[in-house]
Amino acid sequence: MLDKEFLLKIGLAEMLKGGVIMDVTNPEQAKIAEDAGAVAVMALERIPADIRADGGVARMSNPKMIKEIQKMVSIPVMAKIRIGHFAEAQVLQAIGVDFIDESEVLTPADENNHVWKHDFKVPFVCGCRDLGEALRRIAEGAAMIRTKGEAGSGNIVEAVRHMRAVQSEMRKIQTLSKDEMMACAKNLGAPLELVKYVHENGKLPVPNFSAGGIATPADASLMMQLGAETNFVGSGIFKSSDPAARAKAIVLATTHFDDPDIVAQASEGLGDAMPGLEINTIPEEELLSKRGW
Amino acid sequence: MKIGILALQGDFYKHGEVVQKLGHDVLYVKDLATLKKSDKLIIPGGESTTFLRLIEKLKLRDPLVEFGRTKSVMGTCAGLITLATQVDGLPFPPLGLIDINVERNAYGRQINSFIDEVRVNLSGDVVSFEGVFIRAPKIQKRGQGVRELGWHKEAVVMVANENILVTTFHPELSDDLRLHEFFINNFN
Repeated sequence: MLDKEFLLKIGLAEMLKGGVIMDVTNPEQAKIAEDAGAVAVMALERIPADIRADGGVARMSNPKMIKEIQKMVSIPVMAKIRIGHFAEAQVLQAIGVDFIDESEVLTPADENNHVWKHDFKVPFVCGCRDLGEALRRIAEGAAMIRTKGEAGSGNIVEAVRHMRAVQSEMRKIQTLSKDEMMACAKNLGAPLELVKYVHENGKLPVPNFSAGGIATPADASLMMQLGAETNFVGSGIFKSSDPAARAKAIVLATTHFDDPDIVAQASEGLGDAMPGLEINTIPEEELLSKRGW
Repeated sequence: MKIGILALQGDFYKHGEVVQKLGHDVLYVKDLATLKKSDKLIIPGGESTTFLRLIEKLKLRDPLVEFGRTKSVMGTCAGLITLATQVDGLPFPPLGLIDINVERNAYGRQINSFIDEVRVNLSGDVVSFEGVFIRAPKIQKRGQGVRELGWHKEAVVMVANENILVTTFHPELSDDLRLHEFFINNFN
């Protein structure tokens, strides 16, 4: 599976490691993100907290707005498509987006199938809640996985749940014997070949990032210590009282996630974090992480 | 030998894997104390704007420049940009340890990233090497004392001075130890 095209896609994900990818909705926010040290920006029309509040169908962003952001910054620009909406992906590839996020934050276009991502030259990132979901997306061609968390909630609990699920399932697979591998693949609903890869290497064949609920420098440090290789921060920055300062602080805490003194310094004087939501106050049908399989 | 790898952001673990395969110790450098313990330094691929902001924030600029004046440093892609003298569009000036002018993202966006054969001069032998170019920069101009050591078609993709070696591509992503070995054995 590691053909050259795929190596090139994973290669860009490798370059983003140890960094912070920030949701932005206009060129000014993109500039703030780049100036704060973001390794990439995710261009979208509404950040998840607003999508959640506004309701209605959330779709791919207007290409004109994405192009304006591409002009404004020199770091990679990512954008989201609805799950299964390969025509939106074709549009994003045509305008030269650097990474496509097939995202549960937008309203799914296909409840049965995700995009066959091997058909594209642009790399894809997909969300997951557990190892089976991660391996299914990788089999379809995702060059990066992010645990879903619960986007727009400002609550880290789902991000932690999903990252722990992935890491703990990977540890379990490493202890299996050869004759237990097929049953494991069956139970996970994942290709045997990828289960074997995890058994032998103790990690996913693509980088594993974290998303959905990071609002503070300590949240960023927590996810890195739990095994995230980079943090996506969505609503957490531009729903806070001082986005530029918070963005810089989260970048610093991601780099020095293992140094509590620096995370402490980064956490000082940031103003208010975004208001968070208790997950159990969100109606079941409004949970974004339940979208996709 | 202890090879430091700047680990503020980017694919530093990929470099670490190569260095370990060559039998050397790896130090992931995020602060001054670790830099001081390193015999040589590698600046990895990643985002050069992020590197330079963090170098400034963590007060590593002067120590890195001092290191690069007395010891050897290798830089790949964003690492090359960080070590150059003249690059447009950066938040802070690069470290200026090798006299080259660099254009960032010179081939275009990710859709224009590619893998192709490059030719590199390793101690007099010009050999073929896999060149992984990801949103790669181009060397526009080189000053006196900077030698051409690698080519992709017409483009110069690897140069060096006395103690600094830089590439616009990513040898750490190819399963090939020769470039790192060349750096560790020939740059003092």
